[in-house]
Amino acid sequence: MNGLYFVLDVNSGAVHVLDGLAYEAMAVFNGVNDKEVQVALGSKYGEGEIVEVLAELHELKDQGLLFAPEVTTPVTFREKPLVKSLCLHVAHDCNLRCGYCFAGTGDFGHDRSLMPKHVAEQAIDFIIANSGARKNCEVDFFGGEPLLNMETVRHAVSYIRKREAETGKVFKLTLTTNAALLNNSIIEYLNSENISVVLSLDGRREVHDAMRPYADGSGSFDEVVAGAKQLVDSRQGQSYYMRGTFTAHNLDFAADVKAMVDLGFKQLSIEPVIAKEEEYALKEEHLPVLFSEYENLAKYYLDQRAIGQGFEFFHFNLDLSNGPCVAKRLSGCGAGHEYFAVTPDGDLYPCHQFVGRDNYLLGNVSEGIKKSKMTEVFRQAHVLNKSECRECWARFYCSGGCHANADLFNATIDKPYLLGCELQKKRLECALMIQACLTLQKGQE
Amino acid sequence: MAKHITTINKGNLQNTLHTGGCGECQASCQSACKTSCTVGNQVCAK
Repeated sequence: MNGLYFVLDVNSGAVHVLDGLAYEAMAVFNGVNDKEVQVALGSKYGEGEIVEVLAELHELKDQGLLFAPEVTTPVTFREKPLVKSLCLHVAHDCNLRCGYCFAGTGDFGHDRSLMPKHVAEQAIDFIIANSGARKNCEVDFFGGEPLLNMETVRHAVSYIRKREAETGKVFKLTLTTNAALLNNSIIEYLNSENISVVLSLDGRREVHDAMRPYADGSGSFDEVVAGAKQLVDSRQGQSYYMRGTFTAHNLDFAADVKAMVDLGFKQLSIEPVIAKEEEYALKEEHLPVLFSEYENLAKYYLDQRAIGQGFEFFHFNLDLSNGPCVAKRLSGCGAGHEYFAVTPDGDLYPCHQFVGRDNYLLGNVSEGIKKSKMTEVFRQAHVLNKSECRECWARFYCSGGCHANADLFNATIDKPYLLGCELQKKRLECALMIQACLTLQKGQE
Repeated sequence: MAKHITTINKGNLQNTLHTGGCGECQASCQSACKTSCTVGNQVCAK
């Protein structure tokens, strides 16, 4: 990609950039078959340079940076899971009626409702009681639209601060909002409590308004951009992510990321819509266009950096040298064993996307987890136990993908959503290319 | 200095088989619908 050849050594995590000869050699080389490589490349390259390449490949192999042994399940992963994170659905209601909403425009297929304060307290007690010796915990205020229930958000944060002081735990707080209801008072509060914010904007006005209207059908773009700008400016561009969704209607989604950049936002993401039958659903036939679009976005990302106008694109932020451990790469999002969603009634689900799928109701914050067998099913649904994932080069970067999407498309969490896999792999290729370009540039400086 | 191959990262997966698993890192949404991290994007919290 972008004129570079790569090798990712899956089981060590090492990444190498190769010249054309080394790349062709790697198509044949298996660690022990030097003669086969010499025969395969002998008509095209000189003997001396083939010997050089083989020597370099063997050196990498000896250092454990090529053909590293298969990764097995770490001992630490076999221990009992600790709850680390909760998604609090403080409002099953929303001020928008987004066309692609997985939450049924806010109500998750049930009545529109708000979480009472005492349920939020029980949820916080649940995480503390089940987090063992773990110091860092997380709560995301989610909806629907959480700003519709600021009363419970404020109460929950006060309660968290009290419980932090009592227990020594440290809570990282986030809030996921469509930004249309942000105002001075809410922004000041979010900043004063150090709450990170995820904001929803789909990019270009026409794209955003077509999918993210108010209940009366009018577009929300103006209020969303105004609210998001005010918030981002007030916190000096820190502790936020702006994320959009693309559908079959805007396969040219790089233009939407550019629109976000042009509006002055710098911490960005855009995600493929998850839909099965709907007319805006992404299909296999869209993949070539989408792959090309990710490559366009990767080049734009590098171009903007080169002129001092860089931005962060979530999926291109790959920390190759200090990434997560194997245990984390197996546990992935932790849905259903380390991470749970809590409805306004206090019901526990494996994650926010499972809410409303009745067979995944796991318990309630007042009584705890009732279906402990299902939590073990989630814990064991990792890449080394799923046949499609076990052989995939991206397995330690995606951790097997989203269980909710797998369940939606395949009625099981053990078989990944393959269209999502293809897009994930493309994003990873782009991220590796970017890391390679930046590393090579640094070496030349 | 290698002539044909440049290693841009040495990886650390094998080492973390024995040292990892403290669980103090941020949760990661695998659908990334919340953009709270897919796992490959994370930094170790140790």
